[in-house]
Amino acid sequence: MSDRRDGAPEGAGDDGDDATDPSPDGGHASATPSTHTVRLELVDEPGQLLAALHPIADNGGNLLSIYHERGNKTPRGRIPVEVDFEATQERFEGIVEALRSEGVNVMQAGTERYAEEVTLLLFGHLIDTDLSDTLSRIEACESASVADVSLAAPQGTEEASSARLRVEARAGETDAALAAVRELAEEKELRLVEPLMGVEA
Amino acid sequence: MKLAVVGAGAVGRSVVDLAGEYGHEVVAVADSSSAVVADGSSGRGVGVDPDAVVARKAERGIVGDADPADALAADYDALVEATPTTLGDAEPGFSHVRTALERDRHAVLANKGPVAERFGDLRELVADSAGDIRFEATVGGAIPAVSTVEDIEPGHVTAVRGVLNGTANFILTRMAAEGLDYDHVLAEAQDLGVAEADPSFDVDGTDAALKCVILANVLSFGAADGPADAREFTLDDADVEGIRDVPGSALRLAAEDGRTVRLIGEATGETVRVAPRLVPENGTLAVTGTQNIVQIETTHAGRLNISGRGAGGPETASAVLGDVGRLE
Repeated sequence: MSDRRDGAPEGAGDDGDDATDPSPDGGHASATPSTHTVRLELVDEPGQLLAALHPIADNGGNLLSIYHERGNKTPRGRIPVEVDFEATQERFEGIVEALRSEGVNVMQAGTERYAEEVTLLLFGHLIDTDLSDTLSRIEACESASVADVSLAAPQGTEEASSARLRVEARAGETDAALAAVRELAEEKELRLVEPLMGVEA
Repeated sequence: MKLAVVGAGAVGRSVVDLAGEYGHEVVAVADSSSAVVADGSSGRGVGVDPDAVVARKAERGIVGDADPADALAADYDALVEATPTTLGDAEPGFSHVRTALERDRHAVLANKGPVAERFGDLRELVADSAGDIRFEATVGGAIPAVSTVEDIEPGHVTAVRGVLNGTANFILTRMAAEGLDYDHVLAEAQDLGVAEADPSFDVDGTDAALKCVILANVLSFGAADGPADAREFTLDDADVEGIRDVPGSALRLAAEDGRTVRLIGEATGETVRVAPRLVPENGTLAVTGTQNIVQIETTHAGRLNISGRGAGGPETASAVLGDVGRLE
């Protein structure tokens, strides 16, 4: 949060960098830039950080600080990075959009969370019950999309096989996404191994 | 305290064996067909000889020449109920506990049946008795799960979860570590005495579910204003999935992603659920082998983890004798 409130009369003349503020008493001055914090999740490879910063600068964000938590890992083994920048609310939304369309996982922006991810296992007669139908029906569910699938069918297609799915859900809709997968698994008589949510420690 | 021990399996025998070390005296021991009762004629320190009980049980399959009813009628302060867990009416364990409470004596249970299936009935009996019940040994063996929840106060515990069955955990651990399938590892577990000849109770999740039902009762009754306001849980209220059909390939896929599968039980004051779940491979809940872990979520004290041995004669007996100490 910016601590630069509306200019108090005594201090109004000392710097002048808030001279553009047209509504000194608050109002919805969407043109006023304020400080935003986004938390990103980066793959530990050269160039990733720079690639993540471009969408911010290119969309009118004024970079303030970058906290690259190299010693830390997210539950998926990636590097969390916290970026502070100044932007108007309108531009901020564009920046988050741009980051996501560049494939950067925005874990947190302001107080909102985006792209929650869950990994789950399915096992049973995955192939006999039409795996691609299973996946497209998860995709069809509004709150979820399948980001990644790994299949293991050690005994060929006739026997029981297993799949690991990485499912992305919209902010706050992980439970709905899981419920949809659960229902689908039940219908197809597949077994679902759900993650233990919120217990990553 | 003077103890009567009903049930002469691994836990009952260990209680008989260790009671003296904890400053208690065993005045009667019963199994399903026989009993031994100390005559107590000369007053102090005339308990049952633990070595003789264990020897008779081993050699002749009986604990003494008396009738089991004599043990229930003996002059004890606390009855230790360590007969095998039964479901439904939870008999004969339930009646043993009732006899003790109606005589205004305490009862300490290692038998899950009565606390999981008839918790409300037990609470009513306790309300009319000068005696009380404790049942730490029914959840997580040596792990002080129930008393920790009570110390935090059930109203300030939002959930209790964990790995509560050593047999299932052993099987999942070995499957993941060795890349073996379920049947192979089960046979190995049976050879090692980790799994019983009929492993259903453990691998189908029933045992873990009973423990979670007991925890749900502790949370529900502990947080309610009075017993009438509490929701009672039984095994029928639990949503239970076991590990029998978890393929080795699922564990391999989990491992590729830094995860593993554990049979996790969860209890809140509203729900009970046992199912194989994905957990981080090196996470707190991914205990290995026959280890158990209990994780308690609290409103003000964060998350507590207690891991340890979830089964075994002396381990479970230590929980029983801890309960006896709390009743003094």
